[in-house]
Amino acid sequence: MTHFTAVLLFALFASIVFGITQRETPRRMIRYGIYCFVLFSGAAIALSWLMFLIAR
Amino acid sequence: MATPDSKIAATGQGSQSGSQTGFVYLPLLAGWLVPGAGHFLLRKWGRGALLSASILGMFVLGLAMQGKVYSNAHDILDILGLAGDLGSGLLYIVSRVLGLGADQVQVTTADYGTRFIVVAGLLNVIAAVDAHNLRTGRKA
Repeated sequence: MTHFTAVLLFALFASIVFGITQRETPRRMIRYGIYCFVLFSGAAIALSWLMFLIAR
Repeated sequence: MATPDSKIAATGQGSQSGSQTGFVYLPLLAGWLVPGAGHFLLRKWGRGALLSASILGMFVLGLAMQGKVYSNAHDILDILGLAGDLGSGLLYIVSRVLGLGADQVQVTTADYGTRFIVVAGLLNVIAAVDAHNLRTGRKA
C-alpha cells in the first residue's frame, strides 16, 4: 500500500463517518461526505507539493 | 388544518416520546462496544452498516499495517493514543487479548497504522454519540 492510497482510504472512511454523523438528511450527508473527502485529499496533495518544493 | 401544536406532536414529540422508553444510554453503549450497533438498535440499518464498515475497515487496515495498539501510557502522547484506542470498544479488547498489532513501531507504514487504529476509535466515539442523539430525539 502506497502512502497516497493510505491517505485516500483514511479520507474515505473518515468522510463517511463525518457525513453520517454531522448531517441529518441523506442528501446532505452525501454532500458533506464528498466535501470532507475532497478537503482531506486536496489538503494532503497541496501539503505534499508544498513540502516537495520546500525540500528542493 | 393542523395547528402548530399538533404539527409538533406529529413530527418531533411523537417520535421523541416513542424513543424515550427503555434505557436511553443503550445505543451509546452498544455503539461504543460494537461499531454501528447503536444505529442497528435504532433500526438505522444503512447508516449502521456504513459506519460499521468504515470503522472496522480503518481498524483492520491499521492492524494490517502493523500499527501499534497502545497497552500502557508512559507520557502524554501515549495517554492520548490509549484514549483513542479505547474508543474502539470490543475491537480494542479483542485485539489486546489476541495480541494483534505491534508493540513497537518498526516499519514506516506502522506509523500510519497506529494513526488508523487511534482514529478508528475516535470515529467510533462520534458514531456512538450520534446514536445517542438519535435515541434522545436531538437528531432526526
